[in-house]
Amino acid sequence: MNGDVSLPPTRRSDGAALRGRIEDFLYLEAELLDEWKIEEWFALFAEGATYEVPPTGTDEHDPATSLFYIADDYVRLRERVVRLTKKEAHSEFPRSQQRHMISNVRITGLLDGVADVSCNFVTYRAKRGVVDTYYGKHLYRIDVNAEPFRIKSKRSVLGMDMLYPGKLTIII
Amino acid sequence: MDTILTTPQMVVEDRGRHLFRVARRAFTDEAVLEAERRAIFDRCWLYLGHSSEIAGNCDFITRAVGGRELIFNRDRVGAVHAFLNTCPHRGAMVVREKKGNALSFRCFYHGWSFNVNGRFASRFDEGNYGKEHYGGGCADLAQVPRLESYRDFWFVNFDRNAVSLSDYLAGAKEYIDLVADQAEAGMEVVGSGQQYIINANWKLLAENSIDAFHGFPVHSTYFDYLKTLGALRMESTGSHFSASGMHNLGNGHAVIEYASPWGRPIARWVPSMGEDKRPVMAALRENLIKRFGEERGTRMSEFSRNMLIFPNLVINDIMAITIRTFMPAAPNKMTVSAWALGARDEDRDLRKLRLFNFLEFLGPGGFATPDDQEALENCQRGYQNLREVGWNDISKGMPRQGPPMNDDEEQMRCFWRQWRDRIGAVS
Repeated sequence: MNGDVSLPPTRRSDGAALRGRIEDFLYLEAELLDEWKIEEWFALFAEGATYEVPPTGTDEHDPATSLFYIADDYVRLRERVVRLTKKEAHSEFPRSQQRHMISNVRITGLLDGVADVSCNFVTYRAKRGVVDTYYGKHLYRIDVNAEPFRIKSKRSVLGMDMLYPGKLTIII
Repeated sequence: MDTILTTPQMVVEDRGRHLFRVARRAFTDEAVLEAERRAIFDRCWLYLGHSSEIAGNCDFITRAVGGRELIFNRDRVGAVHAFLNTCPHRGAMVVREKKGNALSFRCFYHGWSFNVNGRFASRFDEGNYGKEHYGGGCADLAQVPRLESYRDFWFVNFDRNAVSLSDYLAGAKEYIDLVADQAEAGMEVVGSGQQYIINANWKLLAENSIDAFHGFPVHSTYFDYLKTLGALRMESTGSHFSASGMHNLGNGHAVIEYASPWGRPIARWVPSMGEDKRPVMAALRENLIKRFGEERGTRMSEFSRNMLIFPNLVINDIMAITIRTFMPAAPNKMTVSAWALGARDEDRDLRKLRLFNFLEFLGPGGFATPDDQEALENCQRGYQNLREVGWNDISKGMPRQGPPMNDDEEQMRCFWRQWRDRIGAVS
């Protein structure tokens, strides 16, 4: 409830309620990814949204000045999804199986209907007898005035000091 | 073990029948990897890092190269060093951070300290150590046997008697020049780069990095992406220079050079970069032509080059410039480090464009590299059948009259001949 403490007592339940709605939204996102409903997943993003995975083991945070693993604008994110629907995206053919776990959901800011949200994640990817584990923290900016909510940006900060699984072909 | 390696041969070249074959055992056998450690990684010049990664005095980075743990640093007067990262006292790694800036290094185990030029710097009370410790050298950090550079690319060699780096690089120097010359202010590594694992033998990535034959079958989704974005530009300006296919650069190094459809942040505009970038790219190209003449300037701007410097350094100047090196951890596992190289004085917009272009193809999250990884890992899996199907075919282009094409396999044959000669030489 840390995220609520700074709010006046009368508003604390509002914060918890919003967090609950955001959690529901993130669980929906996780389920869509688990089920490979990747086009529906993309529909959760607002136009102009970005999707990023910064480098591991550093605090570099600007894709204009350091080399990320992924730094998609809205068009490239759309094309990433299109690519993943193709059989010729060889690294995901046959498709891997995935499970997305999230926890520690917190609202860290709320301004003009856009919530800054952080949560921890663990994503498992299994293919051909190998299980890859990705873990870290998602940082979202979510338009909570939109109905349904829309993601304005998602940044997945890996908590690993290098990319042990080797690939980032799935959406973690 | 030595006779196991040479009999029967693992690299068989039959020019009369246009056949070049490599035993799949070369990718799976622990004894082969051990022979490679001795004959190749203990003897060849290995890429350590770029000057820009330790730009300031007292900057340091730590890096694993050739199975060793190294410190790559600049001392207080700016001289570059490479030390074996192990305390002369009892062996602990002295520097444990990935990078930083320090006036001295201190081993945390018993507190032995060293100046950044490697000299033992602790002062213990009388009676603890004799004078050999203070100036005698026996308590200093050990330097790598050889450390040399070419155009800001630093290499180490663990063989004290190796030929000079310049002689070793041979024809590759000309192609390093084509990268190093791209900016008057010099080039720099951008950020910390990418570190990842591929579950495949290291030689599979050496082959793949200069293999044009796989481009369309493996990367059709990447070309689809370029087409959708309007980033695919087939015509090449400067048609008086024809991309020349492939060059054997000597000592196992090779390069392919070709006209490519993608945009190149150095100076090749494609519509997806936006109209506003068109004059910017034109000005960059004009400047290159002014500095290097029409032919070389156009060649630098327009054509892509994939180069392998034997055994494990790739410098690919394609839709962006990547430096890539990889080390075997096991016969079926390698650790890969990849960096982006950009102009030192690049403005923010162009730097952003360069990195954006890099990620459209390259790296574990790109639209192409993961499918290469999948191909390599699939090969490694397929080698489980080697008792029944024991040989790779690397023959493409052998009957061709005239110079090899960039999508032939002559560049891999250059690698394998060098590999065969070096493994054979110590057996």
